[in-house]
Amino acid sequence: MRRTPWSQRFGLSGRGLVVLLPYLWLLLFFVVPFVIVLKISFADIDLAIPPYTSLFQWDDKNVLSIKLNFNNYVFLFTNELYFKALLNSLKVALISTLICLLIGYPMSYGIARAKPATRNLLLLLVILPFWTSLLLRVYAWIGLLKANGVINNILMSLGLIHEPLAMLYTPFAMYVGIVYSYLPFLILPLYANLEKMDWQLLEAAEDLGCRPWQAFYKITLPLSRNGILAGSMLVFIPAVGEFVIPALLGGPNALMIGRILWDEFFSNRAWPVASAVAILLLLLLVPFMMWYQSIQARESAGAR
Amino acid sequence: MNQRRSVFLITCVAFGFAFLYIPILSMVVFSFNASKLVTVWDSANSPTLKWYYSLLNNEEILDAAWISLKVAIINASGSVILGTLTGFGLSRFTNFRGRFTLNAMATAPLVMPEVITGLSLLLLFVALEQLIGWPAGRGITTMTLSHMTFSMAYVTVVVQSRLATFDTALEEAAMDLGAKPLKVFFVITLPIIFPAILSGWLLAFTLSWDDLVISSFTSGPGSSTLPMVVFSKVRLGVSPEINVLATLTITVVTLIIVGVSFWMARSNRIERAT
Repeated sequence: MRRTPWSQRFGLSGRGLVVLLPYLWLLLFFVVPFVIVLKISFADIDLAIPPYTSLFQWDDKNVLSIKLNFNNYVFLFTNELYFKALLNSLKVALISTLICLLIGYPMSYGIARAKPATRNLLLLLVILPFWTSLLLRVYAWIGLLKANGVINNILMSLGLIHEPLAMLYTPFAMYVGIVYSYLPFLILPLYANLEKMDWQLLEAAEDLGCRPWQAFYKITLPLSRNGILAGSMLVFIPAVGEFVIPALLGGPNALMIGRILWDEFFSNRAWPVASAVAILLLLLLVPFMMWYQSIQARESAGAR
Repeated sequence: MNQRRSVFLITCVAFGFAFLYIPILSMVVFSFNASKLVTVWDSANSPTLKWYYSLLNNEEILDAAWISLKVAIINASGSVILGTLTGFGLSRFTNFRGRFTLNAMATAPLVMPEVITGLSLLLLFVALEQLIGWPAGRGITTMTLSHMTFSMAYVTVVVQSRLATFDTALEEAAMDLGAKPLKVFFVITLPIIFPAILSGWLLAFTLSWDDLVISSFTSGPGSSTLPMVVFSKVRLGVSPEINVLATLTITVVTLIIVGVSFWMARSNRIERAT
């Protein structure tokens, strides 16, 4: 890419001013909070407002004593519940991502290969649910899945089943909710990637005797790798920490780490434990976030 | 295209859209159902508008909607400024110290689980209050500041992708003719990226209007937003009024999105024609 003369003409001061405001904003409201979470994860629960002890203590002889309390982490690692919840969250997020890919890939492909006019309409239809409240769309599934809900009523009136199926408050309902809510996040980057594809490559492969599936496997799939990865990360990472969907559809036994963090904070008022859970979850997700960033960088470099 | 393949693709696309739209349509249909059981159709008295009247007389929901509206509008306006500055900085200044950090900080909120963002912002506000006495307590201010932090990331992406597709030659020409950088920005750049800024505003508004998790962490007593009220109702089961709320939301969103896309398609055509 050609270096724009903006940098030379604006001079350092003007340039600095433009990015200074967002820079400071993000530093204060995005980076500093994590430092505080880290700090509080080493505090002890206290019956005070706010409900945690201070790490720093000045005593009379001008000595600053710092008390780091590792008990929250010890508690998390010795208590099976948290480990299980973390593993289960990873499992649920992974399976949901795979189901999203299974449904979303053919959809993105179909949209990318449609006529331009149809394509814009279909794209609009993908974006539309994304603009409607997630909470309300998850709520819709309660009405569909519950014992006297729409699906059970239809199946019973058709005589296919005689007793309502227990679908709501099961892992099944949770998967349906997550896949449903995150599907547009997968389709959009994947579509953006497939749209740039040179379809003549496929025709060439087929002219040379490749079977359509073979051509897909050897050409389309590798070329859309970045789109697949970017879309998958946009589903996987937030799904690991998802709270609303397991809380509404998953029932009381749906062990998800986001829910545990929420309960520790709101029900138990255990702010230090909640902070320790947040730190662990963050450490687990940072590699995926960095991966996502490098994919994005590669995608935009490829576009130029 | 191969006949069999296109049949397969059309089936997949149709199935996918059915999956996306059946839940939404079911809420619209049952919002007219007279029965309190919501999903059992009461054919004797339906369709009816009685839940529409009852929603519009529900003080709790109306109060919450008013708070949500205030937060969403301030948030959208603030994040548009922050996001445009970030998007502009990232796409026009290709090398400055801290570019990598800014880029990382601006995109991380897109994928950060909301429980982490919510908890960390709340702890920041508590610490700030202890340290400097501001913000005093939690409520609309703290919610708005939190929403701006994650909404600006979305605005940044939208503005950045619009800036990436337009030719810098226009800006350069204006500067060659002696225009000051600030003037170039307001006379050339801003009008061209205006559609992106408008979409960014709408997106930031929606994100804030819909947010439950981050608001729950950062709100205070007496400042429950609409999603918070809806969530506490929905936890107790389905409620006919929520179907009405969903139908109204979907109608408004559809009208705005379709309107804006038509307007953008038209201005694109005019731009190409001239």
